[in-house]
Amino acid sequence: MPALLKREEFAGLGTGIDERRARLELRRQIGRLEAELAGLFGEAFGHTEVAHRVEAPAPGPRVLDLGELEAIRDRLAERIGEARQALVERRQVEDGNRKLVERMLAAPEDFKWVRVSRQDLGLPGCGHWHSRPRLGPLGMLMGWWRVKVSSGCPLAGRLAAVDDEVETREEEAGRGEAGAAGCAETRQAGLCS
Amino acid sequence: MSDLAAERLGWEPAPRQGWVAPHIASEFPGLGIAWVEVDAKPGRSPEPVRRRLRDLSDRTYGSQAIRLRERPIPWAYRVFFRQIGLDPDRTRTPVEQLTLDRLHDGGFSSHGLPTDALNIAIVETGVALRAFDADRLSGALCIRDSAPGESLPGAPGELPGGTLTIADEERPVALLFGATGEGFGVEKGTRRLAVASVQVKGVPQIAVEEALWMAASTLEAA
Repeated sequence: MPALLKREEFAGLGTGIDERRARLELRRQIGRLEAELAGLFGEAFGHTEVAHRVEAPAPGPRVLDLGELEAIRDRLAERIGEARQALVERRQVEDGNRKLVERMLAAPEDFKWVRVSRQDLGLPGCGHWHSRPRLGPLGMLMGWWRVKVSSGCPLAGRLAAVDDEVETREEEAGRGEAGAAGCAETRQAGLCS
Repeated sequence: MSDLAAERLGWEPAPRQGWVAPHIASEFPGLGIAWVEVDAKPGRSPEPVRRRLRDLSDRTYGSQAIRLRERPIPWAYRVFFRQIGLDPDRTRTPVEQLTLDRLHDGGFSSHGLPTDALNIAIVETGVALRAFDADRLSGALCIRDSAPGESLPGAPGELPGGTLTIADEERPVALLFGATGEGFGVEKGTRRLAVASVQVKGVPQIAVEEALWMAASTLEAA
């Protein structure tokens, strides 16, 4: 029986092994798996991390043999399996969070101070659902709880206003230290208080 | 040569088709090399080229970088990298490397000519391009595996047997998607450039010709 495993014996049987065709087939499979992994990588990006790296078998470019091509194909298939699993787990977490938000909206007092972000639900953008009391301490004492939905990402205008305020403060501080030549530059570098 | 659309359309300079060693071509159907020679010297990029880089920067977003590997041409290069034993997440394909640099630097930085001309063509088409000093090359470019005892000019030691190289009629001038041999890259004294494209299975011929034409016309206009 071991003789059957020898390549030359196959030739005797008239079956023949065309390694080149096997390599071409493995390369085709690698191409298909690479496309699938690329799709999963894109789908998972920003939601969960998927291991997509497959180490190179060679230090330089060359024609790989059957064993090396098989190893790449198998590792790509493994990565795809892991990526699918990671996505399924992430979706389960997001579904759980979605149900949590529904329960929070239905009974805010049962979820005091719980905060769920849009990212936790796999949604794009900023914002969160936050169970908090109406009217502050009074609401806490009276049990007046509600879910507050934040208004989303800060507007560019608001961010610019913060920058303007910081600049104004720096200018005022700079006037106070008039005469200290070059201080503005050193302050920017964090060396001047 | 005659099947090149560029030649039929009368584009000047017309690209020249290199050859691939038959046993390599049988392993990698669709693999090819073409190049175009341009009279140009390295130097600072003129304002129109730098403006074009800025325009390209404005059109390139992070989301595109994430989805880049799903597009047909970048995907084809990634697959080919895997098939020749390179890890495309370590040795990045040219278009992916440029896109990552764009995200890292906040824009496509100008590196002068001919690099800027090549970068514009690579980002626009996805096709892998590289430049050689045309006056140092002898004869046609080809893709072949290294013979025993061969080495890359300027690199220590011999190339491992079977290393895939870009070669002229005398010697390897570069590793395929790797280092360029000493003296064959573009240097200060270069006066004539050979802009070469490596085509792999899945990259349409028209994209290759467009990339070569784009790089050559940018260099000629500068």
